[in-house]
Amino acid sequence: MTSATTTIEDEGTRRRGRNGNRLARRLGWFSIGLGLAEVTAPRAVGRLIGLDPDEHETRLRLFGVREIASGIGILTSSRSAAWVWSRVGGDAMDLAFLATAGRRRKATRDRIAVAGLAVAGVAALDVIASRRQTAARGSAGTVGSRDTRVHVNTSVTINRQPGEIYEFWRNFENLPRFMEHLRSVEIIDDRRSRWEVNAPAGTRVTWEAEIARDTPGQSIEWRSLPSADVPNSGIVRFTPAPGNRGTEVRVELRYDAPGGTLGTVIAKLFGEEPGQQVASDLRRLKQLLETGEVLLVESPRTASVS
Amino acid sequence: MKANCWEGRKKLRIEDVPDPRILNSRDAIIRVTSTAICGSDLHIYNGFIPTMEHGDILGHEFMGEVVETGPDVKNLAVGDRVVVPFTISCGACDLCRAGLFSVCENSNPNAWIAEKLMGHSPAGLFGYSHMLGGFPGGQAEYVRVPFADVGPLRIPPGIPDDQVLFLSDILPTGYMGAEMCGIEPGDVIAVWGCGPVGQFAIASAYLLGAERVIAIDRVPYRLRMARERAGAWETINYEEESVLDRLKELTGGRGPDACIDAVGMEAHGHAAVYAYDRAKQALKLESDRPIALREAILACRSGGVVSVIGVYGGFIDKFPMGTIMNRSLTVRSGQTHVHRYMKPLLERIQRGDIDPSFVITHRMPLGRAPDAFEMFLHKRDGCEKVVLTAN
Repeated sequence: MTSATTTIEDEGTRRRGRNGNRLARRLGWFSIGLGLAEVTAPRAVGRLIGLDPDEHETRLRLFGVREIASGIGILTSSRSAAWVWSRVGGDAMDLAFLATAGRRRKATRDRIAVAGLAVAGVAALDVIASRRQTAARGSAGTVGSRDTRVHVNTSVTINRQPGEIYEFWRNFENLPRFMEHLRSVEIIDDRRSRWEVNAPAGTRVTWEAEIARDTPGQSIEWRSLPSADVPNSGIVRFTPAPGNRGTEVRVELRYDAPGGTLGTVIAKLFGEEPGQQVASDLRRLKQLLETGEVLLVESPRTASVS
Repeated sequence: MKANCWEGRKKLRIEDVPDPRILNSRDAIIRVTSTAICGSDLHIYNGFIPTMEHGDILGHEFMGEVVETGPDVKNLAVGDRVVVPFTISCGACDLCRAGLFSVCENSNPNAWIAEKLMGHSPAGLFGYSHMLGGFPGGQAEYVRVPFADVGPLRIPPGIPDDQVLFLSDILPTGYMGAEMCGIEPGDVIAVWGCGPVGQFAIASAYLLGAERVIAIDRVPYRLRMARERAGAWETINYEEESVLDRLKELTGGRGPDACIDAVGMEAHGHAAVYAYDRAKQALKLESDRPIALREAILACRSGGVVSVIGVYGGFIDKFPMGTIMNRSLTVRSGQTHVHRYMKPLLERIQRGDIDPSFVITHRMPLGRAPDAFEMFLHKRDGCEKVVLTAN
């Protein structure tokens, strides 16, 4: 019923991101190839790297499953950074295993040493690719960067006429009723208003905004005034949904994340990923306009004894 | 108040928790008189339902007396006796208006979790995980009912709890399972699972005009109930004979016109297949064991309907899509749109078309809920359906 996409851009890492991606994809295919070999011919692989096939067949199969999972994850997931990091974890596991196996089997120690060197080489590539992927996604690699733009695109369909939803939204003082993080909106004059939000980690951010364009019944566009700590702008559009199903409400939001990418990452850790936030806000708007209330839940554990 | 709380896999405890209170203007508080344990509660008990948290109150089949209403609930009065549907529905969104109450767009405050797993979110449910809203359930002395102006059905005096309690879930569920089959005169319907929902699916198939209903299970007392109480024409014990062979034989080689899966994600089956799916489930390679569903698809006559009312939670493996495609099968499914069926089924009960209390084998006080789960899970003492009396 709602849709949300968030893109986080960071000038400096975009180019590195592309290169990192190519290496990551190669590692992904390598993972799948090695994994298939380990799963289908664990004994042959074991002999090649100097392990006792009888003793280690099952373990090599399991390692193979792990490799295939990492590979598929890297190639198909939008969070490929996490999957490449999973390869680094796998490398550590392999090295630890080879080290213990090498101590136990004297006869094939040379082969095991060669295998260990190969794993160490791949591990180095994995670390490089992981760091690039992570940087491209704008997490640990760009801590503290200031030029991070967050771009959120979210939509919901509400069973009400466009004009009605426009009117509700245009009275900005209504917004805190469904926007969870918005503490208050104070109308200054026809075009200007003062906004105050609860930011992650208990902080508050305020700014003044102005309406950039107002098309009654159709859209409202706003932007922060130059004095804002968190420069932001957005547009909400109201278009009739096909089949008499009310109105498609689309919100587009851009802002410079406080604390750069780090701020966004910390926000995510606290479960406040911006796209999710706006999607949940729109869902509450839908509840409010369709059912007259925002549905609350109280669990017996958190309820106070009255 | 006292409530039956989930404290981890196969761990339940009767706990003292704060009484529920009105949180929204369309809420009501119900003092529970009767509440039941559902087969789908066993999926939670066995730890197969994600996003459960310690202390969550279980239960989604309950009825009782209205003790408090929010300011916007005009159709209920304190003292009314009501049955509450297990799906929470706002009655105002597009899908509620289309009668698809179990996929209400406004009743799951945690919709974002469900969206990640299922693409879109279904309705919120009582006592059925945080992914489906985290609403405290009905195995308790009191329950808060959201959208109380839409869900609860008033019961006229003179009809005992036992006859109407199952309007909350399993009677409409069995009925919808049969309705989705699109039954025509002369049809032969096969039902997998002779738990209470399966029993009601059998009985409902006859109410909707089926000529013969064949019931499949492995527990002899359940098969006997299917024959003697629900009226099954023939039963098959899958531990004793091949279901596919026997169904062909019973239908002159055609296969049943429609098949109902009233089993769901924790199916049992022949040892090898069961071991395969159980192992994959344990390794988290599939979340559900679709053994009955696979068989229902293979058994169904070409062009027939497979109606799935057993609960599935996530992903299944070795799903015979080729059979569905090449043999023009229709698969229909859904959590029950309970609100749609409550009134017409109450009328059927009042007319004497069906008396759903035939499935009840045990009555126990709420305080013994943990024992009751244990007994129900292991099908001890001929356990088919437990009703807990709360007050």
